[in-house]
Amino acid sequence: MLITCPYCGPRDVIEFTYQGDGNRERPQPNSQDLDAWNAYVYDRLNPAGDHNEIWQHSGGCRTHLRMVRNTLTHEISSTGFARGDHNAAARHKAGGKS
Amino acid sequence: MAERQIPERLSPLEPVFHPGSHGNFEHGVDVILTETRPGSILQLAAWPGEEKRLIEAIRKVTGLALPDGAGGGVADGAKAVFGFAPGKFTVADAAEGLAAAFAKVVTPAIGTVTDLSHGRTAIRIAGPKAEWVLAKFFAIDFALPAFPIGAGRSTTHHDVFAQIQRTGADQFDIYVFRSFARSFWKALCHASDEVGYEVQ
Repeated sequence: MLITCPYCGPRDVIEFTYQGDGNRERPQPNSQDLDAWNAYVYDRLNPAGDHNEIWQHSGGCRTHLRMVRNTLTHEISSTGFARGDHNAAARHKAGGKS
Repeated sequence: MAERQIPERLSPLEPVFHPGSHGNFEHGVDVILTETRPGSILQLAAWPGEEKRLIEAIRKVTGLALPDGAGGGVADGAKAVFGFAPGKFTVADAAEGLAAAFAKVVTPAIGTVTDLSHGRTAIRIAGPKAEWVLAKFFAIDFALPAFPIGAGRSTTHHDVFAQIQRTGADQFDIYVFRSFARSFWKALCHASDEVGYEVQ
């Protein structure tokens, strides 16, 4: 199985590490909303089809990637850098440094 | 007060580094293995949005102009630079002191300078079968159109990181962790056995 890293090009899946479901939305660190935390930690869509995922090209350029993988066929319909998406922006804001 | 001695640079390959021809070389040597021993090996990283300023700093310090594009690089024999990740570059120089030169130019607003001179070992494989031997190690395309001269690639061999720069049509410089260098070198020698190799 090949994954096309936006920086390195097509590479063997062995170079990549799955970093989890890409649909999760992390509550603000000071959030007291237990339902939101519960959803963040436990709730997963588990779709039979296209699934948003976070991967890391850990055996290459080490960047984090946002991918859409089909859980039935393993077809990867899109890959891109995780940095720059709305979640990354939210993380910067939560850190309060940028 | 005792005079400070400059420490002697030791190669991690020393116990297994045997100059001469080895393996199946009756019909000629198809691969030459050497340790290039650069005086400086650095990793430079730009903060997001500062990549162009870092590339300009590299040009200012080394005189090397990085080509556009992922994994682009250039080498002039003494100095070499290539991109190995977005906004990150490996720079090597035959001379020592490159970290100090970059520290003056790469300000904290631009990015970071990490001196890896003692942390990496640079191994050069050259010869008509270099591509073929490396293809046994790494699942990447070593053909010249896919991996042009000067370009860099970061990949792994059995979970050991390797950064590879093509420094000639049939020549590659491989940067590996110093602590894994001896093991990698031995594997490279075994892989080169069947084509005949010379250690220089």
